[in-house]
Amino acid sequence: MALEIMEGSIAVAQAVRRCRPQVVSAYPITPQTHIVEALAEIVANGELAADYITVESEFSALSACVGAVAAGSRAYSATTSQGLALMFEVCFNMAGMRLPLVMTIANRALGAPLSIWNDQQDSISLRDAGWLQLYAEDNQEAVDLHYIGYKVAEDHRVLLPAMVCFDGFILSHTYEPVNMLSQEEVDAFLPPFVPKYRLDAASPVSMGMYATPDYYLEFRYETDQAQKRALEVLREVGKEFGERFGRDYSELVESYQMEDAETALVAMGSICGTTKDAIDEMRTEGKKVGLVRLRSFRPFPSEDLKAALAGVTRVAVLDKNITLGAGGATARGAVALEVRDALYGSTIPVLDYIIGLGGRDVRIEDIKKVVALCEAGEGDRFYGLRTEVL
Amino acid sequence: MAIDKTCELFECGHRACGGCGAALAGRLFLKAAGTETIVVSSTGCMEVFSTPYPETAWKVPWIHSLFENASAVASGIESALKVQGRKENVVVIAGDGATLDIGVLCISGAFERGHDITYICYDNEAYMNTGIQRSGATPYDASTTTSPAGRVSMGNKRPKKDMPRILAAHGSPYVATASIAYPADFMQKVEKAINTPGPTYVQVHAPCCTGWGFDGSKTLAIGKLAIETGLWVNYEMVDGEVTKVKKVVRKPVEEYLKEQKRFRHLFKPALATGEIAKIQAIADGNAEKYGIDIKLPPKKDVEPV
Repeated sequence: MALEIMEGSIAVAQAVRRCRPQVVSAYPITPQTHIVEALAEIVANGELAADYITVESEFSALSACVGAVAAGSRAYSATTSQGLALMFEVCFNMAGMRLPLVMTIANRALGAPLSIWNDQQDSISLRDAGWLQLYAEDNQEAVDLHYIGYKVAEDHRVLLPAMVCFDGFILSHTYEPVNMLSQEEVDAFLPPFVPKYRLDAASPVSMGMYATPDYYLEFRYETDQAQKRALEVLREVGKEFGERFGRDYSELVESYQMEDAETALVAMGSICGTTKDAIDEMRTEGKKVGLVRLRSFRPFPSEDLKAALAGVTRVAVLDKNITLGAGGATARGAVALEVRDALYGSTIPVLDYIIGLGGRDVRIEDIKKVVALCEAGEGDRFYGLRTEVL
Repeated sequence: MAIDKTCELFECGHRACGGCGAALAGRLFLKAAGTETIVVSSTGCMEVFSTPYPETAWKVPWIHSLFENASAVASGIESALKVQGRKENVVVIAGDGATLDIGVLCISGAFERGHDITYICYDNEAYMNTGIQRSGATPYDASTTTSPAGRVSMGNKRPKKDMPRILAAHGSPYVATASIAYPADFMQKVEKAINTPGPTYVQVHAPCCTGWGFDGSKTLAIGKLAIETGLWVNYEMVDGEVTKVKKVVRKPVEEYLKEQKRFRHLFKPALATGEIAKIQAIADGNAEKYGIDIKLPPKKDVEPV
């Protein structure tokens, strides 16, 4: 398997090229910009037969994707943080209209205060928009999730847009060895987009009509059903990908050193790489620690997570986001809320750690400290607060 | 009178008010655009009265996404059609709030990028769908629910925003104003806009009986009075230059104002002479700017004023 050392953003752009979107519509924003710059160059060099719309805002970037997909083309966009916040209204709209898309999110904190650095508050804040949300641990996974993302999003059992999330700077600007599939391999895996409905004068349809209270509830139900079907389609497509290319993505939760784990960490994204290294060290020290990594946050694989956590003594969730005001006097992130929900009725304590917000580095020793805190029953708090500046 | 029940591309049975100017604009623009047209609607009266799920009045492909993004959605459609090698017309139909206010960012972007789209703004001079709030298109002194006339207010404090010129300044090759009171002219302009490559714009005056306060049987008459008083001017701009203007023998603005409840405060409880003079000055300004006045030969038995 040939590996190339590439910057994460460039690898993603090369993966997107191989997905053959017909319309690319994006707006620059740090730390996503390298992706759309690379794609602009790819289009300028005739290596991708796409129309590249240099929109005037992220709001229009995604709105143009709505039009392009509605007209029957595969489309692509990428954004992060403030840009994603500006797309908020379009995000709900696009999922409600059941228009499939892949949009890369180079995860970044939301202001104020302004921060260009990583956490996952941006995509997490779009939790209820109806989009699939997939989180990559490394750049290889980020690349592969684009192929998988399109195939799942465009599947007629799903027809929902998908965010492929990878941590801003930590992955987007990092050079890692990546195996890039050939165009032929991607073409064999990902056929051209076949819309179920499209805007076409030969067969007129009305899209985006308004619904009275007699119908709205049913639209939301149908979208939720599509999310539920996406659980199975993700597993199916992830398995097919593994069979073709040797990297299996059929599991929506990845278990690492979980066989005899007493303390289970739960996390998403690049923090899991650090966590695995920390676990390796703790294991040599005799600590029975494991990791359950979530690859999909929406749809949320509750049953898989519950099964993965069966038998552990305690759970420590690493949340790179905060749902401000949740949890009474304690602190809660969105992942911990999901984990608690999945484990409802069990006696396993779930403790949450709000960590690494706004680009604060999370090191191996931090993960070890979290495990120690969890063992001591102390959690549901910010980790690593600099009390001297409060 | 025999009613033609042949349904058109804008199907009968929609839920617009009787006498709705916007509904007429919808029917007329589609008649001109024809079947090979994809319509993008903004949120607003027309979207709501024409598409209560699961019914639709549109017999051409139609999409509504949001209030402010119709021109961005149209950009994406046009882009996709281009890559697919398809030739349908892409036409936006949006109200004045969606066009002059909340959608300006998207429109500016779409026009600057030069997409081959036609944007039609049906201008009923306020946010009618939400209950008659003032927009950037609301005329001076009009009373709306957010610019009400009151003891210390004469209504809307600002004149209409000049959107056609803003879009002409973007380099649009064809910008026109029209009125539903002149259907043939409006349809010709729509056709011309569609047949002109690049982003083109038609702003059609669409009186709203509910929002302006007049009887639904008078929609066309009100539209005509707006033209005849010089408070609305029908013109065409090609490559930024005014090339054609509808000329009239002007009537005093009172004739237009007094027919509408939104201007009632100018006449009752007392005649607001000063305010009416200001509105007359707006009409005079329009007349001078566009040269709309037809100069009649002086009648011998009438003393010059």
